[in-house]
Amino acid sequence: MTSLRTNRYLIARRLVQTAVMVLLIGGNLWGWTVLRGNLSSSVVLGTVPLADPFAVIQLLAAGGLLATDVLIGAAITLAFYALLGGRVFCSWVCPMNMVTDLANRLGRRFKTGTGSRRVFGRSARYFILGLALVLSAIMGVAAFEAISPIGMLQRGLVFGMGAGWLAVTAVFLFDLLIQRNGFCGHVCPLGAFYALVGRTALVRIDHDHEKCTSCMDCLKVCPENQILELVGQASGSVLDGVCTNCGRCIEVCPDAALSFSHRKHAMSLESGGS
Amino acid sequence: MAAGKGIDRRGFLSRLTAAAVGGVVWGGFVTEGKSAALVLRPPGALPEKVFLGKCIKCGICVEACPYDTLFLAGPGTDAPTGTPRLLPRDVPCYLCTDIPCTAECPTGALDVSLVSDDGGRTLDVNKTRIGLAVMDYENCIAAWGLRCDACYRACPLLDKAITIEHTRNERTGRHAVLLPKVHPDACTGCGLCERACVVEKAAIFVLPLEVALGRVGNSYVKGWEEGDESRIDGTTGPADELDSHPLDYLNSGDLQDD
Repeated sequence: MTSLRTNRYLIARRLVQTAVMVLLIGGNLWGWTVLRGNLSSSVVLGTVPLADPFAVIQLLAAGGLLATDVLIGAAITLAFYALLGGRVFCSWVCPMNMVTDLANRLGRRFKTGTGSRRVFGRSARYFILGLALVLSAIMGVAAFEAISPIGMLQRGLVFGMGAGWLAVTAVFLFDLLIQRNGFCGHVCPLGAFYALVGRTALVRIDHDHEKCTSCMDCLKVCPENQILELVGQASGSVLDGVCTNCGRCIEVCPDAALSFSHRKHAMSLESGGS
Repeated sequence: MAAGKGIDRRGFLSRLTAAAVGGVVWGGFVTEGKSAALVLRPPGALPEKVFLGKCIKCGICVEACPYDTLFLAGPGTDAPTGTPRLLPRDVPCYLCTDIPCTAECPTGALDVSLVSDDGGRTLDVNKTRIGLAVMDYENCIAAWGLRCDACYRACPLLDKAITIEHTRNERTGRHAVLLPKVHPDACTGCGLCERACVVEKAAIFVLPLEVALGRVGNSYVKGWEEGDESRIDGTTGPADELDSHPLDYLNSGDLQDD
């Protein structure tokens, strides 16, 4: 039972990720109407549209005059993640998370993916995000959607993978052998987009300095551990938008010094980045 | 964003270079995926270039299709990854009168107004232009003189999109050749003919309109068709750039002896 408790968010995340994909797959294969489409754009119960706001922005940059359905869908999705934390998508919905989590777990065990050569910096994703929009405008198509391994994975799960496994395997090997958390934490422009969206999120990780014994277990599991610089130093919220609200730090903390809470400003330390 | 914190000029330049190189490679991939001249799109699809700028690759059209005609192009195929297409020889479009694929498209990449009368009020699936059926008479056994009208019978717009032309069989001198003929003004490109064709590789097949059709341009007008001349209204040619009207040459004094 202790392992159930210490993995409660991990289990919940896997359940949510799997449920979303199963509902989408059921929508295609068995005609379920709960969720039809895929993560790019879908319809809930045949009425409420949802859409990937980053894909919509790319299409708008590409010059597409889009119908209102998809615009409303993008607005709903945007509002949802702006409240709950932008990168909640990354750790609770995106199926690529299971691939990279596995790669990073194996990387921690076998001490791979931490070579001296850092291929991408943490800010590379924002440049790639900008590049995606510029290329979309120049080429007249959604540039990231044209090459996105996430797109190939989530579309592939619902509609058939084809050669999409190659892209997914490439991401897995990159994270495992070349750079730990390389794709989700450094490259992915969708994650970068949601990091910007999440800067105003209401749900945030809260750190209680009084309880913390500075064991640093949280930094070992956090895929974005540069944002936990307040651990062992000050109480307050992790305000940086790149936090995915995965809750892994909460469950590994032996001192219960971390918890989900509403947004609070750091008491004595301005939290990193933003 | 950590960017902008403590970047010196050298770091900035190397990042700029990385972005430029990455952008070119990325752009190359996108161009590669865009060159898809032979891909057939669902009913109501906008012209390919506009379509690609609007399609979000959600697959709702694929799910809406009751015949499993449509599918999303896989990565590394001859169509941009994730965009909907059909291969009529496998499964043609059965031209549903409620056109669910087009009606459910959330982005308008499949445009209802292209397959309806009076601006979207009444759906008219016969306005579908997936492509145009093209004949290869070399490999059409009806053109050889054998009896086959599989494509003609399969056509949902029988005697409109495909008709049978009776000609004399010059080889035997005593039989007829019943030649199928496609009419672009009625053909929807549904591909039922391509599906029905009895030869090993279909001798009638659907090509995208951009590929199947030529273009006359502004140099020729059907003088016998009312209104065709309005096609060239507002266009200019070499004659418009002359200082004087060509007729002036005939009418001017130079040619007239006094």
